[in-house]
Amino acid sequence: MEHADFRSRARLLVDSGALTYRQRVKALADLAEEALDPPKVSAACAAALESGLIDDLVEGHAPYRPRYLLPDYGKALAQGSDFLQLGPPTDLHEAIAFLLSMYSQVPSITGYPVYLGDVDVLLEPFAAEHDDAELRRLLRLLWVTIDRMLPDAFTHANLGPTDSRVGRALLGLEQELVQTVPNLTLRVDADVTPDALLLDAVRTVFACGKPHFVNHAMMTRDLGADYGVVSCYNSLLVGGGAHTLVRLNLAESARRHGGDVDTFLATTLPAHVALTAELMAARIRSLVEQARFFEHSWLVDEGLASLDRMSAMFGVFGLAECVDGLTGAVTQQDRYGHSAAANALALRIVERLAELVAATPLPYCEGNGGYAFLHSQAGMDYDSGVTAGARIPIGTEPPLHQHLFAVAPNHTHFPSGISDILHFDETAVCNPQAVVDVVRGALAIGMRDVTFNLDSNDFVRITGYLVRKSDLVSLERCGVARHGSDVLAAGSVARSHVTQRRVKRVVSAERSAARP
Amino acid sequence: MTVLHAPSLTGLVADVVPFSWVDGPGNRYTVFLQGCNLNCLACHNPHTIPRLTRRARTVTVRELVDDVARLAPFLAGVTTSGGEATQQPEFVAAFFAALGEQPATAALTRFIDSNGMTDDATWDLLLPVTDGVMLDVKAVDPERHRRLTGSTNERVLASLDRLHAAGRLAQLRLLVVPGFNDSPDELRRTGAYLTAHAPGVPVQLTGFRPHGVRSTARRIPEPTGAQRQAYAALVAESVPAELLTVV
Repeated sequence: MEHADFRSRARLLVDSGALTYRQRVKALADLAEEALDPPKVSAACAAALESGLIDDLVEGHAPYRPRYLLPDYGKALAQGSDFLQLGPPTDLHEAIAFLLSMYSQVPSITGYPVYLGDVDVLLEPFAAEHDDAELRRLLRLLWVTIDRMLPDAFTHANLGPTDSRVGRALLGLEQELVQTVPNLTLRVDADVTPDALLLDAVRTVFACGKPHFVNHAMMTRDLGADYGVVSCYNSLLVGGGAHTLVRLNLAESARRHGGDVDTFLATTLPAHVALTAELMAARIRSLVEQARFFEHSWLVDEGLASLDRMSAMFGVFGLAECVDGLTGAVTQQDRYGHSAAANALALRIVERLAELVAATPLPYCEGNGGYAFLHSQAGMDYDSGVTAGARIPIGTEPPLHQHLFAVAPNHTHFPSGISDILHFDETAVCNPQAVVDVVRGALAIGMRDVTFNLDSNDFVRITGYLVRKSDLVSLERCGVARHGSDVLAAGSVARSHVTQRRVKRVVSAERSAARP
Repeated sequence: MTVLHAPSLTGLVADVVPFSWVDGPGNRYTVFLQGCNLNCLACHNPHTIPRLTRRARTVTVRELVDDVARLAPFLAGVTTSGGEATQQPEFVAAFFAALGEQPATAALTRFIDSNGMTDDATWDLLLPVTDGVMLDVKAVDPERHRRLTGSTNERVLASLDRLHAAGRLAQLRLLVVPGFNDSPDELRRTGAYLTAHAPGVPVQLTGFRPHGVRSTARRIPEPTGAQRQAYAALVAESVPAELLTVV
C-alpha cells in the first residue's frame, strides 16, 4: 500500500459518518494491518488467493490474535485472575461482574470475544441463594450488558445439555429481550436433555431465532468433553481455539478441473487442499512465531488458554456447485439435494476432503493432533453465485424430510462445524413439540447442528449469526448500525436473494473482520 | 383377526404428508385416504371426497410402513385422515397393526382423524390398534349437521360416546362456519353437549377458512380473530378454558 493511499483511506475512515467510534477504531486498526506485508507463500498459493480459489476471509495481513479463542471461564472463576485483579467470585453478583470484566479482555478476530462460555454451567453454582425472580433480574442485567457492550452477533454463549434454572431463566430472557446478541447454542444429549428444556428452547426460536441445537454426543466424540460453539456455529476446544480459518471454494475447484470425477478426487482436489493448507500454515506461523501471541497473552499466562489446545479450521464452501459442475446437472432433479446420485457424490467429495485434511500436517495444531479441523464455511457477505458450505442452494431446497436426509450424512465429517438452516412456517408455533421431534430426529440420523428460522419473526439468520430485519431497514435509511454484524448482513442482502428466498432457509455469509 | 396381518392389502390414498404439524400431537406422518361418506360444504380437500378419481393412488400396507420406518426418528406418530379413514377400515387396521409389529415404528402413536360417520363394527376393528381419535363434530343439531354435510349426525354422536367410553377420544374438533353453526344458541348447546358426553376431552375450535374449499363455499365469510374468540367464549361457558384451543 502506498503511503498516499494509506493516508487517504485513513482520512475516509476518520471522516466517515457511517461508523460508530468503536467501529472506526477497528477499521483503522485493520487498515494499519493491511499496510504490512502478508505472510509469505508460494506464487501458486498467492495466485489461488488472488483469484478466489482460496480465501482468508479478510483476516488481515499480520495475524496478531487467534481467529477464535475459547478461554476456560470455569477455571478462571475457580482460581480468580491476577490480570483482572479479581479473586474467585463468591456469589452471583461477583460472578457476573467477573465474567463481564473478563469478556472485555478476550481477543478474537472480530475484536469481541466470540465465546462467552457455558453460561448455565458457570453460573448455576451461584444461583441457589436467589429465588426465580431475583435470578432472572440479575441475569437480565448480564444479558442486556452483553448485548450493549459486545454488539456483535458472533459473540456466542452455550447452554445445556443438562437442564438448569440458569439455562431456563436465560431462555426466558431471550424470549423477552429478543436481542441479536449473543448468538446461542443449546447442546442436546438424547439421554440427558429433557423435552421440557427442548420445548422452551423451541419457543425461544419462535421468539428470536435462537438457539442452534447441537449434537452433544457427536461433539464430545470428536472434540472431547470440553468443547464450545463460537461465532456462527464453529465448534472448537475450550482452553484453545483456532488460529485461522481459510476456506477452499469447491465450486471454483470443480470449474478449474478438466476431467472426470475420479481424477478430480485424485489430483485436482488434493492440489487445491495443499494450496489452502499452505496459506493456513503461513498464517499460523506468523501468529505464533512472529507476533508471538502465545508468549504474551494473559490468558496463556494464567492457564486459561494454551497453544496445545489450538488448531486451525480448514473451511470449504460451494459443495453444491462443485457437485453439479462435476456431473453437468442441468435440471433440478439431477442436482445436489434432489438426486440420490448427486447426494452420494457430495458425500464422496466430503469424505475425500476429510481424508486429505487428516493427512496434511499443520504447525501448532496439537489441539487436533497436528492437523486442522474440517469446517463447512457458511459464506461471506461478498459471495455471489456460490452456496454456503455444504448447503443446498437457497430456493431449491427439497421438502424438509428430504432436505434432512440429503445433508445429514455430511455432518459427521465436519468436527469444527456445519449448519443447515431449516426455515419453518407459522404452523410450528401451535405445535412446538413437532419441532422438538424434528430436532431429536435430525440429531438421531447424524446431524451435528440444527438451526431454524421462523418466517414470521423479525430476525433473519444471515449465516449462523442473526440480524433484525428492522435494523437492516434502518441501516439502509440512516446509515449507522450499533451492531457491526448488521453492516455485513446488509452486504449479504444486497448481493444475494434473502428477500426472494423460499420458505425454510435464509442465506448465509460469515465474515469476521468488519470493514467499511 | 386375519385382516390385521395383511402387508399386501392396498388402500386408496389421496396424499401423504411426511411431516405434518396440524394432525395431532408432535410431528406426524399423515395419510390422507381417498373417499368420504360426507359431502361437507366447508371441506378443505374436496378432491378427496369421491372414491373414484384418477388423482388417488393405490398403496400397500408394506409400502406405507416402510416409508414410515424410514422417517420414524423424526416422528411422534402417524395419523390417518381423509377423505374419511374409517371408510377403509381393513386397510387402516392392517396399517396400524403392522406399525405396532415393526420395531422401528412400534413406539409411534397411531391416530385417526374421523368424521365419526361409522358403526360399532368398524370401531371394533380399529380401536385395538388405535391410540386416539380426533373427532370432527360439525354440529350437534341434526338439521344443521345435514345442511353442512348432507347427512344427519346420529352416527357421529354415537361414535363420540363409544370413543369416549373406550378412552380413545383424543380431541374434539369444531369447525365453525358463519351462517351455519355459529349462532350463540348453537355454540352454547354444542359446548354443553360435549362437556356432558365427553368431559375432560380437549376441544379445538377452528374458524372457517376459504382456503381449498369448493367454489360454492368461497362466498362464506372468514371469521375474524375477534369472532373466533367470541365463538370460543360461548363454548367455554361449558367447556373448561384449559381444554379449549382456538385456531
